[in-house]
Amino acid sequence: MSVDLDTWEIVVGLEVHAELATRTKLFCSAVNEFGGEPNTNIDPLTLGLPGSLPVLNEHAVELAIRVGLALGSEVSPSSFARKNYFYPDLPKDYQISQFDRPINVGGSLELPSGKVIGIERAHLEEDTGKSTHVGGGGRIHDAGYSTIDYNRAGVPLLEIVGRPDIRNADEARAYVTELRSILVAVGASDGKMEEGSMRVDCNVSVRRRGDDELGTRCEIKNVNSLRSLGRAIEYEAARQVDLIEAGERVQQQTRHWNEDDGRTHKLRSKEEADDYRYFPEPDLVELDPGAEWIERVRAAMPVLPAARRHRLAETTGSELEQTALVVERGLDELCLAAIEAGADPVRVLTHAEHNLSDERSLKLDPEQFAELVKMETGGQLTATQAKTVLSEMVEGAGSPADIAAAHGFEAMDNSELESLVDGLIESNPTEWQRFCEGDAKITGFFVGQVMKATKGQADGKAVTALLNTRKG
Amino acid sequence: MSDEQHSPNAVDPSAIETAAAVRSGDLSAVEVLETSLTRIEEREGEIHAFNLVLAEEARETARRVDDAVAGGADPGALAGVPVALKDNLCTKGVETTCSSRILEGWKPPYDATVVQRLAAAGAVMVGKTNLDEFAMGSSTENSAFGPTHNPHDLSKVPGGSSGGSAAAVAAGFATLALGSDTGGSIRQPAALCGVVGMKPTYGLVSRLGLIAFGSSLDQIGPFSNSVADAALLLEVMGGHDPGDSTSLDTEVPAVSTHLDDGVSGMRVGLISEMMGEGIAPDVAARTRAAAECLAAAGAIVEEVSVPAVVYGLSAYYLVAPAEASSNLARYDGVRYGMRVEAPTVGEMIEATRTAGFGDEVKRRIMLGTYALSAGYYDAFYGKALKVRTLIRGDFDAAYGNFDVLLSPTSPSTAFDMGSKTADPLSMYLNDLCTIPSNLAGHPAMSVPFGRGGDGLPVGVQVLAPALGEVPMFRTAAVLEAAAREEARS
Amino acid sequence: MTEQSSPITAAEVTKVAKLARLTLTDAELERFTHQLGDILGHAADIEALDLTDVEPMARPIPLTNVFRPDEPGEPLDRDDVLSVAPAVEDNQFRVPPSLGEDS
Ligand SMILES: [Mg+2]
Ligand SMILES: [Zn+2]
Repeated sequence: MSVDLDTWEIVVGLEVHAELATRTKLFCSAVNEFGGEPNTNIDPLTLGLPGSLPVLNEHAVELAIRVGLALGSEVSPSSFARKNYFYPDLPKDYQISQFDRPINVGGSLELPSGKVIGIERAHLEEDTGKSTHVGGGGRIHDAGYSTIDYNRAGVPLLEIVGRPDIRNADEARAYVTELRSILVAVGASDGKMEEGSMRVDCNVSVRRRGDDELGTRCEIKNVNSLRSLGRAIEYEAARQVDLIEAGERVQQQTRHWNEDDGRTHKLRSKEEADDYRYFPEPDLVELDPGAEWIERVRAAMPVLPAARRHRLAETTGSELEQTALVVERGLDELCLAAIEAGADPVRVLTHAEHNLSDERSLKLDPEQFAELVKMETGGQLTATQAKTVLSEMVEGAGSPADIAAAHGFEAMDNSELESLVDGLIESNPTEWQRFCEGDAKITGFFVGQVMKATKGQADGKAVTALLNTRKG
Repeated sequence: MSDEQHSPNAVDPSAIETAAAVRSGDLSAVEVLETSLTRIEEREGEIHAFNLVLAEEARETARRVDDAVAGGADPGALAGVPVALKDNLCTKGVETTCSSRILEGWKPPYDATVVQRLAAAGAVMVGKTNLDEFAMGSSTENSAFGPTHNPHDLSKVPGGSSGGSAAAVAAGFATLALGSDTGGSIRQPAALCGVVGMKPTYGLVSRLGLIAFGSSLDQIGPFSNSVADAALLLEVMGGHDPGDSTSLDTEVPAVSTHLDDGVSGMRVGLISEMMGEGIAPDVAARTRAAAECLAAAGAIVEEVSVPAVVYGLSAYYLVAPAEASSNLARYDGVRYGMRVEAPTVGEMIEATRTAGFGDEVKRRIMLGTYALSAGYYDAFYGKALKVRTLIRGDFDAAYGNFDVLLSPTSPSTAFDMGSKTADPLSMYLNDLCTIPSNLAGHPAMSVPFGRGGDGLPVGVQVLAPALGEVPMFRTAAVLEAAAREEARS
Repeated sequence: MTEQSSPITAAEVTKVAKLARLTLTDAELERFTHQLGDILGHAADIEALDLTDVEPMARPIPLTNVFRPDEPGEPLDRDDVLSVAPAVEDNQFRVPPSLGEDS
């Protein structure tokens, strides 16, 4: 099913929980690591033992500040509160979180398309442990029992709450991808969705085009991949449109995305929502990073993806969107250096976008990359030849000149050779037909014609290679 | 052929004297301990001060202290001093129950900071003392393991919630004891048992390893037979702990060195709001006598109004239960302690908590849950936090004119066991005079000052501003000397 | 106390008990409703105060920026911890299923 987007508008706001890349947990010295033996990264606070007390991890605050600065938030004086609810994964049966005074207030994130998504806030909080449901096929609703591993309990999270500025599944995916790039760029998180380092809750509502008021939203939990995110939004939007078109109302609910059946299912309604009884956490004190700390962090910030995209687009004179993939692969520095070394910006960007998907591309020497592009624009290599040479450069085969020589690409001006060969093909259709059918002997005919025309200057191998390329 | 039965408050060697004699090798820690253990054997059956007596562990510690001295080492400032610990302080490998079924049998894998510091100072831990379940109460009758009796009169309560610790010191079971004070839980039982009890400035003593009741109010403090011993114990256990975020990064005020400074020229305010309605006439009379004795010692004594303290009780019985409702949520049967099995995890949690907590704990959890719940937060919890501001403001105003303040500790002397258990509000009124200091985060202490009409001990409370422990102890020392003088004549 | 009606109803006590994960018998419900009513009735004195301009005081001593370094400490011994757990399976804490309950 899909939504008629001429009539309906989808409105999406995302809440992303990112695990911060600290060595230890948010409020205690137990190790923060993924995939350890169950219940080994534990200490009194992790297990909520009586008498244990929290003390804030300074590095977690530093990472939160980095994200705040990256998102253009106001890094603010903040405090912690207790969110009270009974849940076996939550060792104290309350979560220490930030409620009315988050560390990062406001901000925005620019998608590669140039669209800007508002950020409401980002706050620090602790993660829960992890239950495994055992028995009855491992599904929640017919489980025999559950087992709990508290290794993840107390791991620092930054909950980044986005404004409902997203309008479709593609934008949602782009938002999460961009946020992940930022988190990784500033070293705040490893951003691994598959390991749960980034978890997305998505608020979806629909409204008729032209309406100003937001529709009633549903919050969808358990969206664990970019693919699920897109599917969940499209399913949920369609479900809501169907309800409204059938004359019913959307009810505010928390829903659960089920990857297997590709649907969202109701978890609880607004009325059944817990009363969390937030109150100031008496075991922790005020947090006020202050201008000095914030400026110190700001000074050490790397250039962020959006700025890198703008810089590359400006340098190359291309569309912003064309730079997205190159920046995502981290090739923008290489491109800028090659351009700096005199290579044609558009050719550089085109190669980076289309011919440098191999991870080893990052190791290319910008001077040699520039050299290659110069050979190409100087007519010593055709576009096709340049591509061949570049791929061998990525494999570490040597300088562009050597590789081209080994292929015999350097014998003469290639554009001249090309036009010569193309002319021969056109004026000798019968011979060309035989060549294309695999008659090897006819090759000599073409090579001989070229030699005659160039007074023996052309490289026979290059002619053969060119003929083969033209054959496709 | 046992010794004459130990009578409460008999003049035993003080902790200071004991430690000095043990450190110099004049007295053996084992001998000191055996005196304690003998008394425990004789009277613990009728008093029930302890949830657990650690006779063998204590003997082992005492031997180590003696060996250290014999080997030329100094075991520390509390060498060989028998100390009793309230059973809400975590002791590694030793059962810590909070006098609750829900924690029965639980052995913490770590020591509270104060326990570590006492051990490092050579103290000998003789046992874990009884308390009102999770420190909620004023009579130690809310213990799941039976009440503690007042050593002065077994038909009376010892006060609470640290009733076991107060009784242990009063009965000579231990020279010193630790308690915790959330709304008067050290000072009120100290008053009712005729011993010294002190609540430090919030943050002066680490709460790490103290099983939380009301986190923004809880402080650990000393019980002793003398003001000087309380000063020593405070100095040993106080001071910054990086494991408690609310721990003050300051030196413990040097109380011991100023004990003999007297009160000449000191300004003392008698709190009017704590001298009228609700205070038994004999207790009020003893408090006035204390004020007069300070005046005689050269202090300038006046009555002072601290108007907002009358709202203390209401604010406290919203703030403390609110924090408690959250602090006690972790007792869910999942990780440690009691579990009542049930078909689903939600039912298991509810069945466990229903069976594991006593009535007073349930009352306060429900009260606190209500005060924090949607729609009531502003009217109750939020308002109570504002009342704290009022109370601190009024105290600050009073401390602009006075160095310390004076009041009764408890509205009455020890009351009959069972007389207030059916009416929680009447029980709560016992904390009238002690609560405001907890709400403000200020120090306060109770000093025995003679006896009431019934012949039972009366305690007088000295209150001071944050980190005002020095003038507070100086005042207490003068009152103690006067009371001892009066008792001799 | 001069309040006209009880400050808390049995229905409210039932709701609060549920939130706090406590089961009350009918007799307990009646008794607790009465006792909580007494206590909340006493709190009417502060309910009546106008404290609009008063700042709330959540912590008695105002402190700021207390941190610990991001350095691992000694973990608890898993076997010690699990040996006192009510139920254990595969080195994890075992609990009954959450049938029909939130996950
Ligand atoms: Mg959220
Ligand atoms: Zn969250």
